[in-house]
Amino acid sequence: MTQATTTGAAPGAAPAAPVTRRRVRGDGVDLAVYEQGDRSRPTVLLMHGYPDTHAVWDEVAARLAGRYHVVRYDVRGAGASSRPFGRKRYTFDYLMSDMRAVLDATAPERKVHLVGHDWGSIQSWEAACTMPERFASFTSISGPCLDHVAHWTRRNLARPTPANLKRAAGQGVRSWYIYFFQTPVLPELMWLAGLSRPFSRALELGEGVPPRDGHPARTMARDGASGVGLYRANMVQRLRRPRDRRTDVPTQVIVPTKDLFVSPHLVGGLGGRVPHLSLRPIAAGHWAPRSHPDVIARWIGEHITGVQGGALTAAESRALKRARVGRDRRAFDGSLVVVTGAGSGIGRATALAFAERGAEVVAADLDLATAQRTAELAGLVGPAGHPYQVDVSDAAAMEDFAKSVLHDHGVPDVVVNNAGIGMAGSFLDHTVGDWDAVLGVNLWGVVHGSRLFAAQMVERGQGGHIVNTSSAAAFTPSRTLPAYATSKAAVLMLSECLRAELKGKGIGVTAICPGIVNTNITKTSRFVGRGTEEQARSQERAARAYALRGFGPEGVAERIVAAVRDDRAVVPVTPEARLSYLTSRVSPRVMRLLARFNAG
Amino acid sequence: MSNNVTLARTHDQAELERFRDVQRLCYQCADEVAATLEPGVTEREACRRMRRWLRAHGVDDWLHTPFAWFGDRSAFRGFKVPTQFLPSAARLEEGMPYILDMAPVRDGYSADIGYGGVLGENRIWERLDADLAEYRTLILRLVRERRTFADIYAEVDALIERQGYQNRHAKYPGRVIGHQVGIIGGILPKRVGFPFGVRFLQTIGRELVKERLEGRSPLWNGAAQSQHPPTPGLWAVEPHIGFRGVGVKFEEILVVTEDDAYWLDDDLPHVHRWARREAQ
Repeated sequence: MTQATTTGAAPGAAPAAPVTRRRVRGDGVDLAVYEQGDRSRPTVLLMHGYPDTHAVWDEVAARLAGRYHVVRYDVRGAGASSRPFGRKRYTFDYLMSDMRAVLDATAPERKVHLVGHDWGSIQSWEAACTMPERFASFTSISGPCLDHVAHWTRRNLARPTPANLKRAAGQGVRSWYIYFFQTPVLPELMWLAGLSRPFSRALELGEGVPPRDGHPARTMARDGASGVGLYRANMVQRLRRPRDRRTDVPTQVIVPTKDLFVSPHLVGGLGGRVPHLSLRPIAAGHWAPRSHPDVIARWIGEHITGVQGGALTAAESRALKRARVGRDRRAFDGSLVVVTGAGSGIGRATALAFAERGAEVVAADLDLATAQRTAELAGLVGPAGHPYQVDVSDAAAMEDFAKSVLHDHGVPDVVVNNAGIGMAGSFLDHTVGDWDAVLGVNLWGVVHGSRLFAAQMVERGQGGHIVNTSSAAAFTPSRTLPAYATSKAAVLMLSECLRAELKGKGIGVTAICPGIVNTNITKTSRFVGRGTEEQARSQERAARAYALRGFGPEGVAERIVAAVRDDRAVVPVTPEARLSYLTSRVSPRVMRLLARFNAG
Repeated sequence: MSNNVTLARTHDQAELERFRDVQRLCYQCADEVAATLEPGVTEREACRRMRRWLRAHGVDDWLHTPFAWFGDRSAFRGFKVPTQFLPSAARLEEGMPYILDMAPVRDGYSADIGYGGVLGENRIWERLDADLAEYRTLILRLVRERRTFADIYAEVDALIERQGYQNRHAKYPGRVIGHQVGIIGGILPKRVGFPFGVRFLQTIGRELVKERLEGRSPLWNGAAQSQHPPTPGLWAVEPHIGFRGVGVKFEEILVVTEDDAYWLDDDLPHVHRWARREAQ
């Protein structure tokens, strides 16, 4: 084994963590190995993919180097490592020998934390399955175990339901380049003829990854041409005769949901072969380490800390819990759900529905006692809830609320802007104060909630979901509900606009439009233009009518949970709401006629 | 007053004592049968044990035959038709709540009780049962204030709403939270007509007609017929609350007089249980 050591900052890396480069003798090749960070700290090995070099990890490595001893190397055929000729030199046997040589040189007699991207991840799977004793943890990004893919494809084709066929075909289409790489000579010629430039351009346009010093590497044409050997030496062989690959290394698979080359569905059934498995979806493309280095570095760190049993914040341990795959896992285990107006009705039912599925609930209400009660009930069916008092129409109070939620519990995964008040009566009887009250709670409350928490979600970069409680009144004009219906229509439109904006950030937005639901909103609604006594009578009458309709808030809560799960845009709840929604789209005229009916 | 009928002679202490005896007998039966409940026992088996026990202790007729509801049936989850109330083959498991409900008649004197319990540990049941205590004080206070029955029903509903539970007595026939009981007699045979005793049906039918003429009802619910101050007499009151597949209720006799009201007996298992929990 030869060792030549040079010191110098790698391009793009933080100057605080100098990179040491040395050469390690692999199996018949010289490998360029790069080290960063304190050697006494736990070692993290970052494996790059095709057609990259170690430099694809620059951003992530710089972020990890403060806490870990970070090791990277150029895989044979790439970057500054030697380029053996012929496809036989690129089989897994050689690749594993190389990795062993690097580990022996940089982290002898200790377990390392393995991280792989693309082909680096494919190699890492092989390593985690064949030499698990060398690894303390494994993080895989956009590179499945080839044997698992083969099993997955066979399973889908053996049960050719439309969904299974669609998934198999989806990956089949994503793998177009793999077939092409099996063609002799042509891929190499194309790389050497100048494919690098359009490739870099495509990377910038398609993935949002602008070129920087080191990536794409100056050696890309040669890397691309040599690396084709990886595909020719292993792909067909493994897909045709898959082995039974399992590993008990604690594994986290980061799943980019917008990956153009690796289908997110490939992780299906992985839990059966990897007992200690976590899945963490991210709204990113194939080059997530370049496009989302903060999130990737944070998740690698969290996974390592979790495996080592280190100290985690509440948000971190919740995140790990959420990612964990297990048989008795509940759908929202490890999620933080904020619900406003959680002291009664739909809000309370929603808080409980999420709690029942494992979520930690922040129950906010104007009336603290009712919020406390909701939190207490949530603790009976799931993790303990946290009550908060907040007036959603008060911008400053909402700022404080969002800050304290962030400070005490972290960024929420789901926010349900549900607080609302009712108001009925003719338009001419509504005072300016009435309008302020309705718009303040029903619209501004949703604006504040969406604004503050969406900002937190975007900043964290891990997606999330916002549910805004609109109403069937949003698309059902009525002379009796001018202010209420207007506020709810605004919420519906706000949700649609927000959904369009947040789509790319992995944040879903749903507008829930319930019809007649039996909650105490009828008893607290104001009927403007009436005396106190008549007011009470109207409330009583409305309450009885709503009770007679008999659709409880639990039904709405179930639909909200389903809407978050399926990322639905607009969800009318109750048959009358659906009918109204349909009619408003098919024949607005009919709705206009019905609007004249005085239901007050 | 009008209500000098067999259903209510609340001034007669000796007669009240007879009612108290029957009610105590019921609770003794419930205590003893509950002690025999083990995992795997079915609702039908539990009801059979109650029936046999009561028969062996002198019971000769029924307002209704005993009921037992196990697990989420104690919260009447998914109940759509009345036959679902009848004892089923549902088996009791560890951690499951259960409710025993019986209404026997002995020598014409009747009682109607509800008895909630849980096999082993159940956090939801503990909380629900602790919260149920409030209904016993609330109902008594409101009856003493002579609020109308419909009003009291609404107040109970409001408390259920505040506590975040579901009103389960609304599932009973007539959505009743209570009904009048009394001395059961008549010429009809002591038979049971699925699952109500025919003599009880006769009595309640007669009272429905008679009370209707007075603008009242022997059934206590939230409807217009109950918009009257508490009728003097004996009322079996049965608030039943549910949460996430767990239901609890108590049912016992409330004595309503012209100007006052009191629970027939305070020496009851649930009253002692709540006092113990309070003391902790």
